[in-house]
Amino acid sequence: MTDSNKASSGNGTGNGNGKDYKWVGTRAVRPDGVDKVTGRAKFGADLHLPNMLVGKVLRSPHAHAHIRSIDTSAAEALSGVKAVITRDDFSDQPKGAVQPAGEMTINYRDMVRNVMAREKALYEGHAIAAVAAVDARIATKALSLIKVDFEVLPHVIDPVAAMEDGAPIIQEDLIADGMEQSPGSMTNIAKRVEFGHGDVAVGFAEADVVIEREFTTQPVHQGYIEPHACVASMTEDGQGELWLSTQGHYVARGHCATLLGLDVSKLRVQASEIGGGFGGKTVVYLEPLALALSRKACQPVKMAMTREEVFRATGPTSGAHLWVKVGVTNDGRITAADAVLKYQAGAFPGSPVAQGAQCAFAPYELNHVRTIGYDILVNRPKVAAYRAPGAPIAEYATESVMDEIAEAIGMDPLEFRLKNAPKQGSQSSYGPKFPAIGCIETLEAARDHDHYQTPLKSGQGRGVATGYWFNIGGQTSATLNLSEDGSVALVLGTVDVGGTRASLAMMAAEQLGIDLDKVRPMIGDTSALGYNMLTGGSRVTFAGGIAVVGAAQDLIGTLKERAAKFWDIPVDDVEWADGEARATNGYTDNMQPLPLQEIAKDMAKTGGPIVGAHSINAQGAGPSFGTHVVDVDVDRETGRVWVTRYTVVQDAGKAIHPSYVEGQYQGGAVQGIGWALNEEYIYDDNGRLENAGFLDYRVPVCSDVPMIDTVIVEVPNPTHPYGVRGVGETPIVPPMAAISNAVADALGIRFTDLPMSPPRVLAAIKAGNGDVTTAN
Amino acid sequence: MARIVLTGNLQLHTEGVKELELDVNTIRQLMRQLTTRYPGLPADLEDEVAVSIDGTIYQDDWFAEIAPDSEVHLLPKIGGG
Amino acid sequence: MAKYHITTRINGDDVEFLCAPEQTLLDVLRDDLRLTGSKEGCASGDCGACSVTIDGRLVCSCLVLAAEVGGQEIETIEGMADGDRLHPLQQKFLDFAALQCGVCTPGFLVAAKALLDHNPNPSETEVRYWLAGNLCRCTGYDKIVRAVLDTAAEIRN
Repeated sequence: MTDSNKASSGNGTGNGNGKDYKWVGTRAVRPDGVDKVTGRAKFGADLHLPNMLVGKVLRSPHAHAHIRSIDTSAAEALSGVKAVITRDDFSDQPKGAVQPAGEMTINYRDMVRNVMAREKALYEGHAIAAVAAVDARIATKALSLIKVDFEVLPHVIDPVAAMEDGAPIIQEDLIADGMEQSPGSMTNIAKRVEFGHGDVAVGFAEADVVIEREFTTQPVHQGYIEPHACVASMTEDGQGELWLSTQGHYVARGHCATLLGLDVSKLRVQASEIGGGFGGKTVVYLEPLALALSRKACQPVKMAMTREEVFRATGPTSGAHLWVKVGVTNDGRITAADAVLKYQAGAFPGSPVAQGAQCAFAPYELNHVRTIGYDILVNRPKVAAYRAPGAPIAEYATESVMDEIAEAIGMDPLEFRLKNAPKQGSQSSYGPKFPAIGCIETLEAARDHDHYQTPLKSGQGRGVATGYWFNIGGQTSATLNLSEDGSVALVLGTVDVGGTRASLAMMAAEQLGIDLDKVRPMIGDTSALGYNMLTGGSRVTFAGGIAVVGAAQDLIGTLKERAAKFWDIPVDDVEWADGEARATNGYTDNMQPLPLQEIAKDMAKTGGPIVGAHSINAQGAGPSFGTHVVDVDVDRETGRVWVTRYTVVQDAGKAIHPSYVEGQYQGGAVQGIGWALNEEYIYDDNGRLENAGFLDYRVPVCSDVPMIDTVIVEVPNPTHPYGVRGVGETPIVPPMAAISNAVADALGIRFTDLPMSPPRVLAAIKAGNGDVTTAN
Repeated sequence: MARIVLTGNLQLHTEGVKELELDVNTIRQLMRQLTTRYPGLPADLEDEVAVSIDGTIYQDDWFAEIAPDSEVHLLPKIGGG
Repeated sequence: MAKYHITTRINGDDVEFLCAPEQTLLDVLRDDLRLTGSKEGCASGDCGACSVTIDGRLVCSCLVLAAEVGGQEIETIEGMADGDRLHPLQQKFLDFAALQCGVCTPGFLVAAKALLDHNPNPSETEVRYWLAGNLCRCTGYDKIVRAVLDTAAEIRN
């Protein structure tokens, strides 16, 4: 363990287990809450600046086409139009231009083409040009005046079709990474990866029962209710300000600076409140366009996507084709597990297939395991992250097969998982040995829960599944600024997507020993702090917590020095407790404790302003396992699957604010319900999206779901001062398999294609089996 | 000598070698030795991988320590959503 | 081209504005009157983030033309609190953590208030179906429904 995590007064061993805290573990009202319930909180499209223009994007109607020419002259001549941009307004990024940014290395040559098409339109909705005008009506008219000469090309959407010889080639110069490939051959396969250990042939030979199945999943969108929106303002001296809805304003700053050819520090970026991201707002779409338009017009430009644009032009997660094979002994020991995963990447490489391959069998301790993954280009928007990227897709398939094989040997599915569960020190399916983990604890809690013990009504079915996500740490910087009255400003750089301002303020208040009411948390702009990686990977309460605790310790260090000076005693004889400095070591008689307010009041005279700061690159994030139990009713006349009861059991390490941990469990589960039962993209024969709106892209509504019960298991993560594990992503990993398993229990039909929407379920009921080829 | 295991598709660039032993004390040393020994590996290897040292996962940490008996896995970089 | 001149009442205040024929009430609220509490999530009446009441009736303001609201009583999220006293629903949403990102929250509060204003004792099923026109992607709806039910119970007592 490096020093980067040693930030707390504790020893990093989760020193709080069972201890009574004043704030940590309570359900305090979030400090930013009133703004959100009164409509005062400002999201991406809520900012108005003087002299502001409206920007709009012209998008390709074709799924695949050469762009021969773009004529913007008529648009530019329209009165009220202040700027028009095309590919000519962005410098190309060199081949192999890859920079570490955010969580992944970024291929800027791909990104510049994704934000605005260059040689080809690669998906319906691909940006071709953009305008800024004095109002929306003129901007829209200007778009209609732009003439684009397209040469329409054949397109391909299905990943298996895209791998075949003769498929339309999306990127002619793509060379598959990870395959034996002769140079110059044209392919849509961007990458092949392989994980595992042992020898699956040996393992299968030992098995008494072997089951092999193929599955398909459809692309699904993160479904954030707030469309992408930003306001960009570039001034005559080449500096700029950007306001946007994002999961990472430092990352957005880096992308925009690169694409516009600016020094990073010339751009000052403020994250608005964000109306949902789930991974979909870790990338930029409108922002480089708005900045380029603003630079041309020298006026602020606001751009906001319509819901239709969100569906047509932003990255969903992959659809996939999956093959899984598992072998077990009659007494329930898994002897071998094998999988081949083919994920859609969209128009540019970068599906999360590697992570899917790693997580596929993570809930099992295996001697022989192999997962192979393919990253495949198709004529769709480049996929973006969606909550535990890659893992939900893979575990849908693997957890379905595990359920089927447990049934085949007559074993209870939770007992089966317990028999094969990994623990600390087990070799994971992707290589490293597991640190302290809570897989067994979640399985046992699920098994012993009232839900699992309650008999089903006739016709209902019950399913379970276990999911896993690594979680990450990353660069994080936080500051505590002491005010002269002893109250504290907590400046954070980790965008708050779901209430982490509360948890982080609570940790600060806990460390300082003061009232939560005295800590005011805020998300600063990019000029306020050192680098902060984006919010994602379930990292904020973990890494943000380490930074905040470190900043509090730094502040306390200074407070003790000031008290020592005030009393004229050695600083080693000062301790900090309950919000005050106390003299120890026999000095106590003459020295009354100094509360924070006293030290703050005199800070000018004792040395000047008092600030606590801490910057880290947090490592050693603790992974989180979750087990879900779900009951379903299936309406045999309509094919509609009703979720009647749902329980999420998941390891949080330590729940700083239990309500927001529960909220993550519930929200992820319901996204999974939508993924399992309704959500998919429907394309016509021209590769155009037919359901680009919430009416026909059906996410769960309030009446679709029951209460989602939650159980917070706490197996502390030793690398965090309070034992925190990230929790945000694991909840979306188990639902699809759990629901599919429940439907199998209810109907006796095993579905192998998502979503299990009413037409598909009804067709399967009528056909008497689960082999339903998709209607489209 | 630490035990180094390559996952994903790195072994394609190391003449099929998936496991090896190296005398290295930090991740940066590990990266340098690997890219020197196997020029087929990407020069920016350290930007493309996460490194697990005895089960604890590191990303972008040159100076994380590797003990003489450590088990080290090179994984693809982990990105969340 | 000539704009319409509309006189109406919003949150109890007399308001006048000019609007183009194609502008929705949501457009005017957000862009001209700077009442940005109502949100645009879809502009097609599917997500409910733009919910307001007009003469006590719950509507999606993205489906109402601004030119139609002359002489009517509009209530938006901005009018829900009474001075510095939050409406019980607003307080309960905070207490129950019935919001995460908060973008759907104004729509839910307006819709929930409309429910309780005419049905002070809704069942869980009635709450769920009434709120089925408001999409939330963060919470899974559980804590929202609990907050509304608890508020209804508190108001009745």
